[in-house]
Amino acid sequence: MERFKGRGLKETLDWQLIIGYLILVFIGWLNIYASVQSAESVSIFDFGARSGKQFVWMMTAFGLAALILFVISPRIYESFSLPVYIATLVLLVSVIFLGVEVKGSRSWFEFGPVRFQPAEISKISTSLMLAAVMSQYGYKLNNLRNFIVTAAIVLVPMAIIVAQSETGSALVYCGFIFVLYREGLSGWILFMAGMAILLFILTMTLSPYMSVLVLLGIVSLCCGLYRNRFRKWLMIFFPAVVLLAFLPWGADRIAEALHAGEDAFVHNIRWEYLLAGAGLCALPYFAVRAYRERSGFLWASLAAFVAGLIFIFSVDFIFHDVLQDHQRKRIEVLLGLKDDPAGVGYNVNQSMIAIGSGGLFGKGFMKGTQTTYGFVPEQSTDFIFCTIGEEWGFVGSAATVLLFAFMIWRIIQDAERSREAFTRIYGYCVASCIFMHLFINVGMTIGIMPVIGIPLPFVSYGGSSLWAFTVLLFIFIALVRHERRYFGK
Amino acid sequence: MKLDKSNKLKAGLAVAVSIILAKLFVIQIVDESFKIDASNNSMVYSIIYPPRGIIDDRNGKILVGNKIAYDLLVTPKEVGEFDTLALSRALDVPETFIREKMAGYYRDRRKIGYQSVVMLKQMTPEQYMKFAEISYMFPGFRGQARSIREYPYNAGGNLLGYVSEVDADFLKRHKDYSPGDYAGKTGIEATCEKYLKGEKGYNIYLRNSKNKIEGRYRDGEMDREAVPGKDISTTIDAELQHYGQELMKNKVGSLVAIEPATGEILTLVSSPGIDVEMLADIGSHYNDILANPYKPMFNRAVQSSYPPGSVFKLVNGLIGLQEGVFTPDTEYPCSMGYHFGRNTLACHDHRSPIDFEEAIMMSCNAYFCYVFRGLLESGRYGSVDEALDVWARYVKSFGFGEKLGSDFPSELGGFIPDSGYYDKIYGKGRWKATNVISLSIGQGEIGCTPLHLANLCATIANRGYYYIPHLIRDSKEVEIDDRYREKQYTLVDTVHFHEVIEGMYRAVNSGYASGGTATIAAVKGLDICGKTGTAQNPRGDDNSVFICFAPKDHPKIAVAAYVENASFGARWAAPLASLLVEKYLNGEICEERKPLERRMLDGYLLDKVKID
Repeated sequence: MERFKGRGLKETLDWQLIIGYLILVFIGWLNIYASVQSAESVSIFDFGARSGKQFVWMMTAFGLAALILFVISPRIYESFSLPVYIATLVLLVSVIFLGVEVKGSRSWFEFGPVRFQPAEISKISTSLMLAAVMSQYGYKLNNLRNFIVTAAIVLVPMAIIVAQSETGSALVYCGFIFVLYREGLSGWILFMAGMAILLFILTMTLSPYMSVLVLLGIVSLCCGLYRNRFRKWLMIFFPAVVLLAFLPWGADRIAEALHAGEDAFVHNIRWEYLLAGAGLCALPYFAVRAYRERSGFLWASLAAFVAGLIFIFSVDFIFHDVLQDHQRKRIEVLLGLKDDPAGVGYNVNQSMIAIGSGGLFGKGFMKGTQTTYGFVPEQSTDFIFCTIGEEWGFVGSAATVLLFAFMIWRIIQDAERSREAFTRIYGYCVASCIFMHLFINVGMTIGIMPVIGIPLPFVSYGGSSLWAFTVLLFIFIALVRHERRYFGK
Repeated sequence: MKLDKSNKLKAGLAVAVSIILAKLFVIQIVDESFKIDASNNSMVYSIIYPPRGIIDDRNGKILVGNKIAYDLLVTPKEVGEFDTLALSRALDVPETFIREKMAGYYRDRRKIGYQSVVMLKQMTPEQYMKFAEISYMFPGFRGQARSIREYPYNAGGNLLGYVSEVDADFLKRHKDYSPGDYAGKTGIEATCEKYLKGEKGYNIYLRNSKNKIEGRYRDGEMDREAVPGKDISTTIDAELQHYGQELMKNKVGSLVAIEPATGEILTLVSSPGIDVEMLADIGSHYNDILANPYKPMFNRAVQSSYPPGSVFKLVNGLIGLQEGVFTPDTEYPCSMGYHFGRNTLACHDHRSPIDFEEAIMMSCNAYFCYVFRGLLESGRYGSVDEALDVWARYVKSFGFGEKLGSDFPSELGGFIPDSGYYDKIYGKGRWKATNVISLSIGQGEIGCTPLHLANLCATIANRGYYYIPHLIRDSKEVEIDDRYREKQYTLVDTVHFHEVIEGMYRAVNSGYASGGTATIAAVKGLDICGKTGTAQNPRGDDNSVFICFAPKDHPKIAVAAYVENASFGARWAAPLASLLVEKYLNGEICEERKPLERRMLDGYLLDKVKID
């Protein structure tokens, strides 16, 4: 591209990202001011109020950004990633013992008036570490040793964060799977992960029976597609699956017709076991076929089927014995299993009302009432999107989401153009982090994700989060600038 | 465009963002139900208080029910100018009350904000209707129904306990309550709070800027129904409890009846007690209750530690038999008391010598001094210290000296001394049997509650075991602890109970002038077995004690009566207990005992009791 020919500041900086960043931070500041509006109006610069404090955070964050862009040499990141990563792990562990307890999780350090969460820094250091390891010469994700190292880099901080009972923050780390996918992880693994989530939701909302049935349908469909027998699948398997779907319903009707009591045999048949059993009985036949045809795919399908069955039957166990009480409740409310607007669902219900009441154009700056009267909890931190939705309407909220999407897209674009693997991988890490935060946070306020308390990047109130995301993003901008200076792209 | 991994990821990003945008579109533009404009409308959560669980007696009669009362709520932000005089008339309160309240709300306006506060509590339906008719004149005021307690029987005030609004301290300890909730504070209301309370529900309404309720939010789909509290079935017999309270009127003491075969408490009277009428409105009677010198809140039946007096001879006799210190045929002499050294433990005038049954029948002090001293000095335990500890272990197996573990709150354990206790008083090795001889007749350092005595009586009626006395029965909704179904065996074998029961039978049924101490308690056909006691009370006249059970075979009821400062056991406690037994077993008092019943009901002993 022509405009990157020069090597000056103007030409080498990715101004689109920087402007996007500034707009988002500004949106956040305005809405923090609007959301903590009380009866007496205070200035947006009042340092007693949150907006004033956020202004301080913003200024310091800009300072940090300038430091990263102009003072620190981008060359150090790669070599410093290991010590930084290890230091972060030490911080993460020590906060469990030395930190203060906030809302049931020990994940904050407190220094006088300032609190910060090592989990925020951990996103940066994990991204750097991942980029450093994966960009090494000769690195292959398919190599088992490399894969284990890579997985450990992500899973170790994730596990420590779960131990801090900050499950929400840990969930963000799942986003790194997109980075691995980009760097060579098989798409099937993503597919499997998606399937696991689908089966989980089906098991919870409908029944294990439906879940087994869907598993059966999808495995057979994949086999059919692989062997170019889609038409056969459509003619035989599909109708069978649809018919089987009505089996428990039909059995109930028959039982009704027979006036069977509550304890009658018909009522107590566990259809999911019957179906799973039937599937397992057919297993040897397919195994023989797979052996004869030497079909690796068929073997894999059979394995996937068995794994799926194990998964489905352990979901119930996981749900009731592994998850903590409040997590279980949140999942139940999200899946609509429990309606409980003043309990766990209260936040979601209120935030959806706030956003919904915004309409197309919103009520206007500082005119929002649901948010300012304190119906929505944590409105300046985790639920800041409510204020945006209520006061700026669909136009404002959609624009904010689109701005985020643009920034993520832009980061991917820059990463792809980069010649250095380190920059590319780091870029994907940044994009994944921002994406996960965006999807979980906004998803939670509009009721498509469970209530998981993580901030909206750049927008939510809080110095720790703003600084972390600023550093995360500007290291990438600095890396990109560094390349452009030398390669001139 | 090539479909490489980067583009697939970008496509994924597009899909995710589309999902968010679509959902935003739905809730912000399509779905009208989220479209409440909060500047004009707001949601009002109207709390539905669940009716508290009902408390039944053992026959299904309602001891504690519910009735409707109304709280008057005010939302100060919505109150405009209004006619205070009209409101005060409608509510039947002085006008100054309303003015002061409103001034108070104004002072706290910051704290209250848009919330509602309670101005008047527990209005009767009639009172509320008067207000409701003209409530349109008073925007910002509204009534909220809640169910309050109602007591169809005047029975068991102290047992049932009261319900009152939770205070700040309670809220701190119980996170699942919120201000304005009610909770059981004493008695069964407190112990069974978790069953009785139920779960609150709410209706969500939409309100416009003119304070008019516009309708249900989302057609009530977000509402939650209140879950009524679970009903409790008690072991109390309401009629008997009421009768017991009548009998104990104007006397200080307790009357406890237990069904021996189950350990279920049929009656538990502490007198003077709290009238159930006071319970319903405890707040306005609280100061009177506290000021009452007889302490009606104090449940003597389980919280008062008394010396048991002569009824304790039964325990000492049983221990002596089990340890082989004497046999039922052993005769001991009594010449107006038991003489040791230069001292005498006096006894009343009766024939001498006598055997064990007669000793129980006539309540001979000397006989049990011989038995107890024989036990302590028998030599087979090594020393008096050891012997006393053996004795204490036996006594504790009857449930004495420790909390019985009933389901009643704040039960007292009482006290049974052992060698360590006397070592502390006299010094080790510096006391002997004669120092503690008063234990033989249930005096001295022994302390027990009337519930302990009733339990002793049930144990004897069962010939050697008891069930932990309890107040709550199994019902459809509530299951009691397994420990209430386990037999608690004493260390004394069943065979030794025969002579004791025979003695108790003869004490009651030997006829006048036979020497039996409790002939006044005899009821034809009921085979009552009883034992009197007269316990010294340092503050005035002796306490009158009596335990009895009936019928002799297959006992259905075991009673302990303990009346403070009422002199001999036969004078008050025995008639009271026997009347209770007769009422329970026969349903009514027979003609020839009517005068006795009259005398008991009319008896006034309060002025014999010294008060602080």
